[in-house]
Amino acid sequence: MMALDEAARRRLIETVARTIIDHSDELTSLDQAIGDGDHGANMKRGFAAVLADVDALSAKSLPEALKALGTQLVMKVGGASGPLFGTLFMALGKNLPDAPDRQAVAAALDQAITAVKARGKADVGQKTMLDVLLPVRDAIAGELDIRSVADRAVAAAEATIPMKATRGRASFLGDRSIGHMDPGARSSALIVGAIAAALGTTS
Amino acid sequence: MSNVGIVIVSHSPLVAEGTADMVRQMVGDEVPLAFCGGNGDGGLGTSVEDILSAIDKAWSEAGVAVLVDLGGAETNSEMAVEMLPEERANRVVVCNAPIVEGAVIAATEASGGASLDMVKRTAEELSPG
Repeated sequence: MMALDEAARRRLIETVARTIIDHSDELTSLDQAIGDGDHGANMKRGFAAVLADVDALSAKSLPEALKALGTQLVMKVGGASGPLFGTLFMALGKNLPDAPDRQAVAAALDQAITAVKARGKADVGQKTMLDVLLPVRDAIAGELDIRSVADRAVAAAEATIPMKATRGRASFLGDRSIGHMDPGARSSALIVGAIAAALGTTS
Repeated sequence: MSNVGIVIVSHSPLVAEGTADMVRQMVGDEVPLAFCGGNGDGGLGTSVEDILSAIDKAWSEAGVAVLVDLGGAETNSEMAVEMLPEERANRVVVCNAPIVEGAVIAATEASGGASLDMVKRTAEELSPG
């Protein structure tokens, strides 16, 4: 159902990387409110490395490209979001077939969520990226159209605003973390939105 | 050298270096030691690439104990351990201990020839709970 040729893989990778880079100031200000303020710069560093490598990445099959992209994030981000987002992409690559259908994407995302939970020793409801990834998985499994999946991701990131952080640097703030959107949740929603935009232009 | 090696991973290059100085003062060159800190761009943070090089530099056949400061250092160190070749990965442990006190006591224990497990346990006795 979703066999992406090299041009489509390039568009997918570039759209995700550029979206994160373009929003790095916003991600940094979210992280300044409840964290150490480095999320935007860290993600930008990671995705700049991905962009620099886009020729090699898009020449690979979709699963191999995702694994290599995840490894770039692990090595280059310079904060905990490197292993967390890196693990997300590496686990997706490990579990996706070359031409996945919708249920294969949902199943791979489910495996990736399990891997991210283990990496971060975290679960849903702790004001993290997981609070976006789970609703996204459910939306994909529930056969929502791709724009609605992206909308669901944006809403899920906004739903982290009233949550109290119990994992990560924001948890040091306790109740003071309430009232701010989680930067990792926002990044996740941006990535999902970028994927939807890139795939939306192919179909 | 067959003593357990020590790796110090801090968000701050200065904290990492200062902690390593304190370790050296206690154990001299009897323990393989390496440290890293910073995000690779000169800012605060921790880098998986740098942690992998530090583990390589402090490598000992008896294993390596890694001491970390805040959460990101722990997550990045665990990631680095998983990226090691298998025969090395099972001889590297991340200790749940305060970074300065943990590094000094772990190195002191290591300098007496203690096993990796013993070094880790001694450092972790410093953690509450």
